[in-house]
Amino acid sequence: MALLELENVHSYYGSIHALKGISLTVEKGEIVTLIGANGAGKSTTLRTISGILRPRQGRVMFDGQDLAKTPAHKIVNLGISQVPEGRGVFSKLTVMENLEMGAFVRTDKAGIQEDIEHAFTLFPRLKERQKQVAGTLSGGEQQMLAMARAMMARPNLLLLDEPSMGLAPILVDGIFETIVNINNEGTTVLLVEQNALMALQVAHRGYVIQTGEIVLTDDAKALQVNEMVREAYLGH
Amino acid sequence: MKTQTFDFKSVLKTSLLAGGILIYLALVGLLTAFLDRDIIYKTLSLSFALVLINNFVFGYIAAQHNSEHKWGTAIGIGVILGIVSTAMLSVLVLISEPLNMREMFVNASPTLVKALTFENENIVQGLLPLVLMGTASSVLGAVTFVLPPLWRKVLLAALIAVLAIGTLEELVSDVVTNIFKLFGNKRAAKPALKFFFGRKGWSVNGAIIMFVAAAVGSYLWNWRGSVVKEKIGALPKTAQRNLRIGTLIFLFAVAIFLPNILGGYLSEILVTVAIFTLMGFGLNIVVGFAGLLDLGYVAFFAIGAYTMGVLTSTQLSQTTELVSFGWNFWAALPIAVGMAVLWGILLGVPVLRMRGDYLAIVTLGFGEIIRVLALSNFLQPKIGGAQGILGIAKPTIPWFGGAIVLKSSLELYYLVVVAAALAAFVSWRLRDSRAGRSWMAMREDEDVAEAMGINLIKTKLLAFATGAGFSGLAGAIFAAKLTSIYPHSFNLLISINVLSLIIVGGVGSLPGVVVGGLVLVGLPELLREFSEFRMLIFGALLVTMMLVKPEGFWPAATQKRELHAGDEVEPTPTPEAA
Ligand SMILES: Nc1ncnc2c1ncn2[C@@H]1O[C@H](COP(=O)(O)OP(=O)(O)O)[C@@H](O)[C@H]1O
Ligand SMILES: [Mg+2]
Repeated sequence: MALLELENVHSYYGSIHALKGISLTVEKGEIVTLIGANGAGKSTTLRTISGILRPRQGRVMFDGQDLAKTPAHKIVNLGISQVPEGRGVFSKLTVMENLEMGAFVRTDKAGIQEDIEHAFTLFPRLKERQKQVAGTLSGGEQQMLAMARAMMARPNLLLLDEPSMGLAPILVDGIFETIVNINNEGTTVLLVEQNALMALQVAHRGYVIQTGEIVLTDDAKALQVNEMVREAYLGH
Repeated sequence: MKTQTFDFKSVLKTSLLAGGILIYLALVGLLTAFLDRDIIYKTLSLSFALVLINNFVFGYIAAQHNSEHKWGTAIGIGVILGIVSTAMLSVLVLISEPLNMREMFVNASPTLVKALTFENENIVQGLLPLVLMGTASSVLGAVTFVLPPLWRKVLLAALIAVLAIGTLEELVSDVVTNIFKLFGNKRAAKPALKFFFGRKGWSVNGAIIMFVAAAVGSYLWNWRGSVVKEKIGALPKTAQRNLRIGTLIFLFAVAIFLPNILGGYLSEILVTVAIFTLMGFGLNIVVGFAGLLDLGYVAFFAIGAYTMGVLTSTQLSQTTELVSFGWNFWAALPIAVGMAVLWGILLGVPVLRMRGDYLAIVTLGFGEIIRVLALSNFLQPKIGGAQGILGIAKPTIPWFGGAIVLKSSLELYYLVVVAAALAAFVSWRLRDSRAGRSWMAMREDEDVAEAMGINLIKTKLLAFATGAGFSGLAGAIFAAKLTSIYPHSFNLLISINVLSLIIVGGVGSLPGVVVGGLVLVGLPELLREFSEFRMLIFGALLVTMMLVKPEGFWPAATQKRELHAGDEVEPTPTPEAA
């Protein structure tokens, strides 16, 4: 059984039909990437999974459970953490307070402390800046913080929305390296990206989304050499 | 801020502005209204002090932008500014009579001419002291900016102390007398007062001594204060805790004796301040902690007051069709608070999905609806319509078989202060709890907060309910204080005042609520003797304060960070008292 399964999902913003029958699966332990152009519906897909949007049709199954009836704030209890587009750190809180926020649903103080230490080994930059206010961090540091905060809930599935957005190439490399590290430690990742080249290098499988529909799915390796993908996203 | 190079045009602009304001002050009558209102007896009237203050402030500002931190430049700037601005005022004096300006500006009168020429027959000669003193003051202002920060603070503190106490001399004299009374030595007050104060304002000796004392105090505070703070910071945790408890006990003791020290008039003001502070704590939870802009906050104040009114009034049948329930204050209090909480939740539910401006507008509507309902014929049989509710019971405290009725403002003061202290305590505990963290996250970003596992519905309703509860409590006490309530007491202005006091104090800050209450509600009362100029002065003070301290007087730690986001890592903020 797949860890996450979307079955013919239709989502709307009012009368705007943003997702037109999305189906995709993420298996336990995988990195799956969802690539597509701006406005294709990538973020909408993630919002539908995390319960901020409700599908009008179709099902979202997680770990054999239908998410349709789970309120958005309970999703994290089930083991899904998300890093929203544009990072969404609490800009007035310090790095440390942001991390503590990430563990909001947990009550095991010792475990939280341990995980904070662990987050600092994943992102050493954050350790140096733990007392700094998140709003004053650089873009790359904010991205690290958003990811570290999401990990504080000890998720089974991590949803990442365009972690490379607006970052210098050198920083992007580091971020993707960390995604692989996180995955190696056992967290399944659904990675949304416009930067298809990078995403396909770290992912196991990929889906291509266009105007609310999945148009292509394959192994990451195969997608990297796919003519259509190369033309549309890799600039060849 | 502009780069600090000397720019003659900029100095001239500031000078013209300073002169323009002097002319404005003259034409609205401020320079003549308080000629008899001495700050230093027979030496400095409040009216003339305004000229000096104006020039001092503008001298300081001009130096800030242009002096390059050099003495010579600063003095030059002060001279230019002083001469230009007082010359402008002088022109007004010179032309007011020949041009017969009085027809248009009532205040361009012979009195003004006399005042500014110090009653000299020769007008040109008489204007000389004005120009000299005005210039001296702006030079002093400019030089003050160039002083090392410590000395600048010391000088400013001393000047402000002399001016503020001199202005409020009558009230201060009363307070001093009361303090002597408290220590059982009322007679000793007289000679002391006579030494320090003239018939109005300071005596010259008093002003000098005050100046020196304030300077020394400020010096010690600014110089030794940081050392003391460091030492306290180095103390073990338990000692720090004891120290804080000690401070609280001290404040508590002061709070107990405050009405005796302040006397009737100031105590009356204090009760009003405390009622608003109590409301401020409530709205601070909604706006400051949870970030929900509520402009209809007065609704819960009204609900609390009306519940108290209906349940305890002994003259209910006079204005309504009901027969008196005749409850006592204490029995009605929980019901009043409960009703406010209930309505806080009921009004919260429909706005759960709203944010920012929309929320503000809808809550604004709620506030008005409640007021209109109170005024309506529809509810008149129950709550009295425009005639309100009369004969509301005063709180009583059972005491050895009998009962004390809290009727004077002095006695009510304790009730309100206890209520406000309770609200402060609850706010403080909530802020550091899970609820507080949920509010904080929600205020920053609702979607992300939800993704962290925060239940937005519960979090919002808890904020609305707690806020409404405090407001209801304030309303109940307000009703008992006045013993009669009318719909027009519950207008939009109350919501705005409470919101403003939070902003003035520092959004989200608990000590800020108290400071905001004192400034926003207390200050206009203190300024009452300035009658028609009261709101002008108050408004000018408010604008200045918000320019100087945009984050409020006592900002919350997170707020401070926001406004100084450019600064390097903040040191640990000063611990907030509860
Ligand atoms: N809040 C919203 N209201 C209305 N339409 C939206 C909203 N958010 C996104 N959309 C629309 O839905 C479509 C998909 O958007 P999105 O999922 O954000 O794209 P992507 O993340 O792939 O760039 C776009 O056409 C976009 O205009
Ligand atoms: Mg997107």
